[in-house]
Amino acid sequence: MVQFTLPKNSTIRTGKTWPKPSGSNVRKFSIYRWSPDDGENPRVDTYFVDMDTCGPMVLDALVKIKNEIDPTLTFRRSCREGICGSCAMNIGGINTLACIYGLDEVKGDVKIYPLPHMAVVKDLIPDLTHFYAQHASIMPWLETKTNTPAKEWRQSIEDREKLDGLYECVMCACCSTACPSYWWNSDRYLGPAALLHAYRWIIDSRDEATPERLDDLEDPFKLYRCHTIMNCAKTCPKGLNPAKAIAAIKKKMIERVV
Amino acid sequence: MRYLTDRKRAMGKGSARSGTEHHWYMTVTSVALAFMIPTWVYIFGSALGGTQAEVVATFARPFPAILTALVLFASMGHFAKGATMMIEDYAKGSARRALVILAITLSYAITATGLFALVRIAL
Repeated sequence: MVQFTLPKNSTIRTGKTWPKPSGSNVRKFSIYRWSPDDGENPRVDTYFVDMDTCGPMVLDALVKIKNEIDPTLTFRRSCREGICGSCAMNIGGINTLACIYGLDEVKGDVKIYPLPHMAVVKDLIPDLTHFYAQHASIMPWLETKTNTPAKEWRQSIEDREKLDGLYECVMCACCSTACPSYWWNSDRYLGPAALLHAYRWIIDSRDEATPERLDDLEDPFKLYRCHTIMNCAKTCPKGLNPAKAIAAIKKKMIERVV
Repeated sequence: MRYLTDRKRAMGKGSARSGTEHHWYMTVTSVALAFMIPTWVYIFGSALGGTQAEVVATFARPFPAILTALVLFASMGHFAKGATMMIEDYAKGSARRALVILAITLSYAITATGLFALVRIAL
């Protein structure tokens, strides 16, 4: 059965409160901490950051904390401009990218947790192994049967425009980890991100594996576990709409039958 | 402990090649019920407060009787599939299968009971 309570060794406890710096513009950060090495329960540490010497984004504050207060704080980051999807985390209850989420968008204290309902590797780093394997399972590449043309696979401007709103996905996992269906059945449900990518290849005019792709998705769990809750569209830091892509796949499934 | 690759774990047992029929059935019954339920509620509401003879007479008329039968059939079919979906969301393994059987059986029982009552009233 689905679990509604945390196991004892996952219950979050109050952690260390780090010294408060002097200054009038100081902000409080509550950050989830857990290490697989010490055998301790997860905890929430409290940090205070002088905002006069901090950049405007949540990632700036995290980097400042790591550089100046606590070097053991662990999180993923790379591009710092919303392209790589590395710094996805739950900030103030919203799954988003720390690098493009402004501190001015968070009311009150800043509470930072890893992406929900995922195994934690350490601190703010979720284990995305299964998420990436699900993405690989939808064959995220161009499948063709016709002999490769001498120059290139041609595509009209109109057909290329159909990929807009789909190809921009950076696989940050914000959408999938915001989806209750994915929380309860991520072993079988592909989740919004993988399905958005699946639709990106189904709708590609150059791809010749549409029947196989639809066959592979026609499953009560892989596809039809989406109940149009729309958390995916609400939380996507890139402003994409995975729920719309999933609805479009369902429409194509019906078109094959009725 | 099983040494499965990430890809094998993600692929599972593969596609069941089903689900579209369920989705389409839910769509059709939703649209049908959106029209039928308000009409039925109006008929049921207008019969409320009457004597037993008047209520029986209302549901003995062809349109209310046929509509009631259709509402029973469509709504219980919708319930069975909707409850199945809900159970699949939250329960796993043998409990999932047992609860699905229970939900479907319950819907059949309610349909049969309702139709029996309706036949006794209308015929």
